[in-house]
This record gives sequence, structure tokens and C-alpha cells, in this order.
Amino acid sequence: MEKIIAGKNITVNEEGYLTDFNQWDEKVGEAIAAEANVPLSPRHWEILKYLQDEHKNQVALSIRRIGKSGVTDIKEFYQLFPVAPLKTATKIAGIPKPASCI
Amino acid sequence: MSENNGAIKKMMIILSKGTLENVYAAFVLANGARMEGIDAEIFFTFFGLEAVHKKKLEHLHVATVGNPAMHVPTMLGGLPGVEALASSMMKKEMEKIDMPDVHEFLDIMTASGVKLWACKLAMDMFHYKKEDLYEGVNDVITVGDFYKQSQGNGVHMLFV
Repeated sequence: MEKIIAGKNITVNEEGYLTDFNQWDEKVGEAIAAEANVPLSPRHWEILKYLQDEHKNQVALSIRRIGKSGVTDIKEFYQLFPVAPLKTATKIAGIPKPASCI
Repeated sequence: MSENNGAIKKMMIILSKGTLENVYAAFVLANGARMEGIDAEIFFTFFGLEAVHKKKLEHLHVATVGNPAMHVPTMLGGLPGVEALASSMMKKEMEKIDMPDVHEFLDIMTASGVKLWACKLAMDMFHYKKEDLYEGVNDVITVGDFYKQSQGNGVHMLFV
């Protein structure tokens, strides 16, 4: 379905995840973050870029992998994205929700 | 249940068994709750305490006897080494699907904000001391304390 995010017409799925990463830009990310009550700091952006790179490389994302990323650790990840961090961060990053249980 | 559309706010998980499959079930449920933005706490009681006992947590096994889903005849399951073999096979499979070992899983959970409680009665029964336990265990508490922890709307309790 279509949703207006940051003044742009964006295609999202029923959970609000972008279905086409090409429609993503930083303004879109900021708007989704604001909706999730996550004010974005430079630290947030480092992690969001990391998630996008991992997705580009077709790595399956999980909390465990975040902990081993060297970019952040699990504790900080939960501090930066307090509610459902992996789900929230991937949504802001414009990539699909990871189908991970760990 | 009608409060907030029945949304789950917190999972209180009681782990009473020390077999690998039960320990992992409790851990996956607790960690999975945190991943969804749901609070989670685990109360370790009776054999469940082994999952947070420093010297034992690396040596948990799957049950090969009395476990029909293992498809190992009960007589064979009881032979020396069979349980260890089945456990090491399962651990290899778990590593393949990116499943952490017990110690790492405890680290992940504490970093994610899962609270870990040890049951005082079981601690007394096994003669364990707080120092024997994984350092991330929040405290040794009574069942009454655990119920107090469980108060509030949207709290669910699960016995493993």
C-alpha cells in the first residue's frame, strides 16, 4: 500500500516496512524514526548504515549478529532503539523486517 | 484481557527443568519477547537452576530417555554416551542456525534487559550459593517475590 512519508509517496507493506529500498532516503528514515519516537543521533545512523550494508550483502539479521557486528553491542542497541530494536531499526533503515527468532 | 486490546506487556517464565531443549525453549521465548518490545523475566527453579549454575550451564544435555520425539528406543537412550552424543549433535545443528550456546545466550538476554531470578527454596535444597551462579542473575528470591514481580496489566506467566 501507499503511504506519504516525508512528503513522498512510498510503498509499504501492512506493517509499514518499505517494499522498495530505492524509495528510501535519509528524510524518509527520519520520518519513520519520528513516528517510532526514536530521535536519531549520529550513533543511530552508523547502525542504520550497517544494517543496510548487511541487507545489501544478503546477511540474515539477528540480535546475535548485531552483538558480534563490532559496530555496536546488544546493550547499546537496546538503549538506542528501546522498543523492539531490530524491528524498529530495520523499518527506519528501509529494509525488510528480519524473520529471526534470536 | 480487554486492556490495550490484550497486548502482552511482560512474560514471566518459570524454568523448572535443566534439559537443553527446555532451557532453550525458555531462553528463546524470553529473548524473543524482548525483541518484540515485551519485557521478560525468568525464574529458575529446581533443575532449571542448572542453566545459571556456572559449573553446569555448559554441560546441559538433551533427554534421550523418555523422550519419544527423539526416536531413540528408550533402552538405547540409556546407554553410556548416548545422551552426550545426542547433545553434541544437537549443539552442532544449533550452531548452524546461528543459535548461541547457553552462556552466550545468557549474555544476550542480560544485555537485552531480561531479568534472571534464582529460586531461594531450590538454591537451599541444592546447597547452591549466589556466587555459584552466572553473574547476570539479578537475585535469589522467594516465590512470593516472584509473584510481586508479576503484578500489572498484560503480564503472562509460563511454566517450562
